[in-house]
Amino acid sequence: MKQSITLNKITQLMGFGFLKPITALFTGKPQKEDVVNFLKKIIVPLLSILLFLGVWQGGSTALFNKEANFKIEKALADQGQAAADEMKACIASGEISCQPNTLPSPSQVWASFKTLLEDHKVISADKLAFKEKTAAMNEKRVAAGKEPITYTGRPSFVDQIFTSLKTVFAGFLLALVIAVPIGVVIGLSTTLRSSFNWLIQIFKPVSPVVWLLLVFMIVKTLTKDSNSDSAFIISFISVGLCSMWATLVNTAMGVSSVDKDYINVAKVLKLGPMQKVFKVILPSSLPLIFTGLRITLSVAWMVLIAIELLAQSPGLGSFVWEEFQNGAIDSNSKIIVAMFIIGIIGFLLDRIMLTIQNMVSFNKNEGV
Amino acid sequence: MAYLELKNVCKTYEDASGGTEVLSNINLTIEEGEFVAIVGFTGSGKTTLVNLINGLIKPTSGEVLFKGVPVTDTSHERGVIFQNYSLLPWLTVGQNVYMAVKEAFPKESKEKLQAIVKDYVAMVSLSPAINKRPKELSGGMRQRVAVARALAMNPEMIIMDEPLGALDALTRGNLQDEILNIWSKDKRTALLITNDVDEGIYMADRIIPLKPGPNATLGPEFTIDIERPRDKTSLNDNETYKKNRNAIIEYLMDIGNERKSVSNETYELPEISPKSFVA
Repeated sequence: MKQSITLNKITQLMGFGFLKPITALFTGKPQKEDVVNFLKKIIVPLLSILLFLGVWQGGSTALFNKEANFKIEKALADQGQAAADEMKACIASGEISCQPNTLPSPSQVWASFKTLLEDHKVISADKLAFKEKTAAMNEKRVAAGKEPITYTGRPSFVDQIFTSLKTVFAGFLLALVIAVPIGVVIGLSTTLRSSFNWLIQIFKPVSPVVWLLLVFMIVKTLTKDSNSDSAFIISFISVGLCSMWATLVNTAMGVSSVDKDYINVAKVLKLGPMQKVFKVILPSSLPLIFTGLRITLSVAWMVLIAIELLAQSPGLGSFVWEEFQNGAIDSNSKIIVAMFIIGIIGFLLDRIMLTIQNMVSFNKNEGV
Repeated sequence: MAYLELKNVCKTYEDASGGTEVLSNINLTIEEGEFVAIVGFTGSGKTTLVNLINGLIKPTSGEVLFKGVPVTDTSHERGVIFQNYSLLPWLTVGQNVYMAVKEAFPKESKEKLQAIVKDYVAMVSLSPAINKRPKELSGGMRQRVAVARALAMNPEMIIMDEPLGALDALTRGNLQDEILNIWSKDKRTALLITNDVDEGIYMADRIIPLKPGPNATLGPEFTIDIERPRDKTSLNDNETYKKNRNAIIEYLMDIGNERKSVSNETYELPEISPKSFVA
């Protein structure tokens, strides 16, 4: 029983409250309510997924037929009946060269997902082999003071995911380091708040693309005489700058709206200014700060794709763009795979932040 | 020289339409070791008065003197128990008290401070809850933490702003006794703000009504000459108690009625009568 309570608490804290019916079914004796709950919260959502897949399948079939008919009619108009028949047969046979290029069906996307995983296995094996092959040589090169030879082959889809995560976390940390201290300072002083408000209000709505260009202008000049990875630097700084505003505004708001009672306590206890900030103001604004950070992380993940796409920095964004440029028969379905992966990772990141947010937050009236 | 003295204190809150004078011409003297209660209606400016005395706000005119020195800031010599407990919800009971103790005795070692915290938490009989957070405590327990926090700083004077206002009658009675106990142990000076006349009579040496604001001012004082320790049950039959209680309540009712009659506005009632659905 105790086990199920802690399990429930954890799922609740993580915002996975919808899993409760499952834990209720499998821990302890299932009640009639639990079964109804299970139907309501698990079966119905599953049905909605099926419905989604059905609509998708229907839509993609319709689009496929439209595109196929267009191709056949074009062949008929340009080259006559024989060519049209040939085209029809070609499309029906599933020959790659004449397939209509349109929205892929769920099964095609699933197949592409498996291809991408296969591809990852091949590339990892390749990498490992390369590493073994060059190990002896690299040792000599390092001993001779030369750079070791590194693998320069194509990154796999999974590698791209990790590159994107690295960029987003670097950007997120940058946002955290910039926005929280500035937010605290601005929140503490009404003068600063009113004097910097214009800056925040103007820069907050600026599009990620423009931030990227701005960062590009600056970083390009700064890294002129070093051969560091400027694409990565540019993209993570842009991500940080785009996404930090939510944290900045929330921190400032949290700090400036600390409950008057807590301030009075600080005064009556005669806390010094530093102690007042660290022991009263910051803890009481932590819930709002984390709300801001949660928004920041989801914004960072959202703009990351666009920024990677433009900055030519490796990652999911450039993967999507390369696939689009590539125009291979399975490019479209790979793009959809990336879309789902991006969505799922975004969802997981949000859940992680929600968990932390729930852990630090307290009810405003708890001390009262 | 009086221990605490308020001389012609006025407090005006500025706002767009000029400002409202909440307190006007407050004169009050409290001697060392005395227990004084101020009773008044809600909204009569009691909290403003408390904040003036503990130094959270400054009077618009007049002076607040504590041991002959004007009050300009809060001080560890005057411990405050707030109306709404004001515990920090992210700290445990022990940490809440520790924070206050550490500020009051910055030079003491950590072990000594922890010992003080333990003592005071034990004094309000919350030792089992020392590692709990305020949200896990009931209202009465929270207020006891607030009492422990204020007293752990070893203030010379305790200022209580309706400390028991939000508690149920039983808890209230217990806490009243606890506070009295602590007060009588080393005869600190105490100022109690309350809206409960019985509470005032039970606890205080003197009761001063506060006329309702705006322009609130203190009324005539009532001295409660009842032997301590007072017994709640026999108090009901005590002549002094009855006399004082009636006098104070009568006074408060009178000024309450006075306040009501100030409003001369008359409202025209619409001519409507209930419709009969039967006929």
